[in-house]
Amino acid sequence: MPRESDRIAHPWGARTPYGPGRPWPVRVDSFLQPGMSAEHIERWVPTASLLHSNGDAMDIAVADGRIVGVRGRAGDRVNRGRLGPKDLFGWQANHATDRLTTPLVRDGGELVACDWDIAMARIVTAAKSLLGERGPGAIGFYTSGQLFLEEYYTLAVIARAGIGTNHLDGNTRLCTATAAEALKETFGCDGQPASYADVDHADVIALFGHNMAETQPVLWMRALDRLEGPEPPRLVCVDPRPTPAARCATVHLAPRAGTNVALLNALLHEIIRTDRIDRDYIDARTVGFDELAAQVATCTPAWAAGICDVPARKIEHAAEVLGEAERLLSTVLQGVYQSHQATAAAVQVNNLQLIRGMLGRPGCGVLQMNGQPTAENTRECGADGDLPGFRNWQNDRHVTDLAEIWNVEPTRIPHYAPPTPAMQIFRYAEQGSIRMLWISGTNPAVSLPDLARIRSILGQERLFTVVQDLFLTETAQLADVVMPAATWGEKTGTFTNADRTVHLSDKAVDPPGEARPDLDIFLDFARRMDFRDRDERPLIAWHDPESAFEAWKRCSEGRPCDYTGLTYDRLRGDSGIQWPCTAQAPDGTERLYTGGITWAAPDVCETYGRDLVTGAAVSETEYRALNPDGRAVLKAAEYLPPHEDTDDEYPLQLNTGRTLYHFHTRTKTGRVPQLNAAAPDVWVELSPSEASRHGLAEGDLVEVTSPRGSLRGRLRITGIRDGMVFVPFHYGYWDTPAGDQPGADGGGRAANETTVTDWDPASKQPLFKTAAARLTLIAPGDGAIAPAPTTGASAPVHPRTIPPTIGGPAAVAVHTTDVLEGGAR
Amino acid sequence: MTGIAITLRALHDGERRMEHDLLAAAERHRADHEIRHVATDVARWSHEHVERLAHAASHYGLDLAQHVDHPSLGRWTTLREKTAEALGRRPETGLVLLHDLRDLHLTATENSLNWEMLAQTAKATRDSRLLDLATACHPQTLRQMRWTNTMIKTLAPQLLTCM
Ligand code: SF4
Repeated sequence: MPRESDRIAHPWGARTPYGPGRPWPVRVDSFLQPGMSAEHIERWVPTASLLHSNGDAMDIAVADGRIVGVRGRAGDRVNRGRLGPKDLFGWQANHATDRLTTPLVRDGGELVACDWDIAMARIVTAAKSLLGERGPGAIGFYTSGQLFLEEYYTLAVIARAGIGTNHLDGNTRLCTATAAEALKETFGCDGQPASYADVDHADVIALFGHNMAETQPVLWMRALDRLEGPEPPRLVCVDPRPTPAARCATVHLAPRAGTNVALLNALLHEIIRTDRIDRDYIDARTVGFDELAAQVATCTPAWAAGICDVPARKIEHAAEVLGEAERLLSTVLQGVYQSHQATAAAVQVNNLQLIRGMLGRPGCGVLQMNGQPTAENTRECGADGDLPGFRNWQNDRHVTDLAEIWNVEPTRIPHYAPPTPAMQIFRYAEQGSIRMLWISGTNPAVSLPDLARIRSILGQERLFTVVQDLFLTETAQLADVVMPAATWGEKTGTFTNADRTVHLSDKAVDPPGEARPDLDIFLDFARRMDFRDRDERPLIAWHDPESAFEAWKRCSEGRPCDYTGLTYDRLRGDSGIQWPCTAQAPDGTERLYTGGITWAAPDVCETYGRDLVTGAAVSETEYRALNPDGRAVLKAAEYLPPHEDTDDEYPLQLNTGRTLYHFHTRTKTGRVPQLNAAAPDVWVELSPSEASRHGLAEGDLVEVTSPRGSLRGRLRITGIRDGMVFVPFHYGYWDTPAGDQPGADGGGRAANETTVTDWDPASKQPLFKTAAARLTLIAPGDGAIAPAPTTGASAPVHPRTIPPTIGGPAAVAVHTTDVLEGGAR
Repeated sequence: MTGIAITLRALHDGERRMEHDLLAAAERHRADHEIRHVATDVARWSHEHVERLAHAASHYGLDLAQHVDHPSLGRWTTLREKTAEALGRRPETGLVLLHDLRDLHLTATENSLNWEMLAQTAKATRDSRLLDLATACHPQTLRQMRWTNTMIKTLAPQLLTCM
């Protein structure tokens, strides 16, 4: 029997409880445009979610050449038919009336419509003249975490072997770079060790800075179903905010921002002190235990309590739960990755799993999560600052191997230094050594820290900026050439989620106007630039998504992310498939490292590692001496105080983050009625005692000011820790009168007006969660209510005074739980 | 003065200089955010080394304590910061940065060699106090060297070709 529910008010939908080791029951969610029913649907086209990294498999409903709804895929391993609110409603953004439909070029200061030939000619002329005058180092590319694998791979070949530049990165630098770096530091190579299926087996789930309920709602549904079933897992949650996971946790630790390493070192200290370690596993599979034990020897819970402002006995309790777990699953996200000492902290979570021997078995694993849906693909394809196929730029054999695949001289592929990370690309542009910046599918004028600085960099006369996107974003408004791109549902390609599951996303409808798939844009550029290989044949020999995928398979062969067992046809089946997928593992691979650490040996590893404090590269010789047999590396790290601390002028720690109904800079979710209505404007969160200390009340209009800038929003009083102010980071200006920057009253709206330019030296991920700020009252609320949802971590402490967030009739979706296995298609 | 005392003094001077130069570079290159933050972080190591050296020196008839105040960059600081920010948009600042990194690397190398000498002497004379000191501090000096080396390797190609 289909049932209906308001999926804005009930974001996680109905429960289907289950016990440990049982399969997660099916629940198929769907939402169709009002007036549409199943019999109107002409086709169901397979795809997966594009508005977060979970990779929920779904089918797009098509009627009369339009997308009219979506339905979860029952047989898929990731979601078993479920969809989150962004999955259910997000597709409507494709229909927004302000989509870009023609290319635009800047003429006399204005962006004016033109045709593809004119736009492309401008780009090609600029690229050729810069190449001639200044060399490849003058050109940089900044891409997304929302394109498809085929597009990233093509872009990587263009940048590395076509242009020959070292400057190619993705905005996945902002959300997943630390995940990748932490895995590389510990396992010598990127690739998620665990699988989402580990939620089915774990007896303890530890969430480190991971607001799973709001960032991966469907994964949280899986956890909720376990929590309601027999023998539920215990949760340990580290988060300064009262997230839904924190509310369900056996132990919730809410440390001061910037103290994750101190906290984790204390947890490791306790686990080692109480001898809850797996000696045999450590001896057989790891190096570095003695250094780690020495590093944490003095890091007692009492010591950490002083730094983290968390009671020592709570740290002991957490250590006890972690130490007694038989099947421990740890997950990590932005609370660690976007905070001070990001990689050092993420690596300590790997260490925790390893010293407890909790890896490679059902329920035992670590999920270093991603923020963006196709972040994993930028990593594999080398579009985010590594060489394609997890190859090591310091290893000449790997570079030669890549040159072989591309049929170019190895010297043509820049590998004299690590690929340039995004923040440094912007620094080079600021300094004037990068003169052309091609931005695809992302919006740095809202998403990067210290926006006044970013706007001034992008606004420079000497910088030629190319933007390729769906809408005239804040960034596109500053560009010299804007190209209209097709999106999800309008083009074909594959994408891979955080647990290595590859899905195919097929084209369902035509893009609007002259918008083109990103792949076509890149291929057109390559053709016009006439890039050639060593035999004077076109460097890029593929011409459509499937041929690009086949080319990528060759590049991935023999590497950890081996795709050779996959084809488009196989991916059109009922479920996504996890890489590595090869002739030996034709159904994919659920867990890595089940038989040992496979990719850390000096000859095959992706990196020799970095110093976690300075980011200094470890040399090949040092790595060989440290880890000759290719075991997991237990890398210790000392705690350092954060770079920007509170003082009399800026007494509060400023924290920013993603919330349930939004994604990236709201370019899509802000154009979806149900999602926009649920959280239409920025807000500011404070604890009750902090609010009374400031003399502030719910709904007051306040200004948050840091040494860099300010923003204004209404106050929501929540259970966040004292001494901290939180601001959601999605809001920009496209839906304000000013259009691309703060209005004349100076009242900014974007959280990143205030955040600091600082990044983790190892992963180069910018830190959005360590800045100091002050609050001032602009106008009393007088009964106004902050536009913050009541469903997630921004739930009010006094719920009676605040109406709950609901979606109403427009947000009613359907679900069925009585579907036969795989029968929903 | 004994050879040990001479080495201790040389190290004390060298680590003080390292701390000072790191903090000065952090200030001068404020617009290069990674340099600024990491230089400040690793300057802390040199500061600790200076304190520990002064403490150890008293056992060798040497008084280094009067040197141990925090090196202050004085009232020029604000002026320099302003200049750094204004200059941060000019490609030439890249050359200044490389030059500063090279100097930092050389200072760290000199300190490293002095730590090496101290450690060797400590082994030969079975002086566990000195050996512990060198064992604790020398790795951090090596990390300072590797960091400056990595930064030079990474930045030089861009900064020297795109002037
Ligand atoms: S919202 Fe920002 S941090 Fe989160 S996934 Fe998107 S780009 Fe990454």
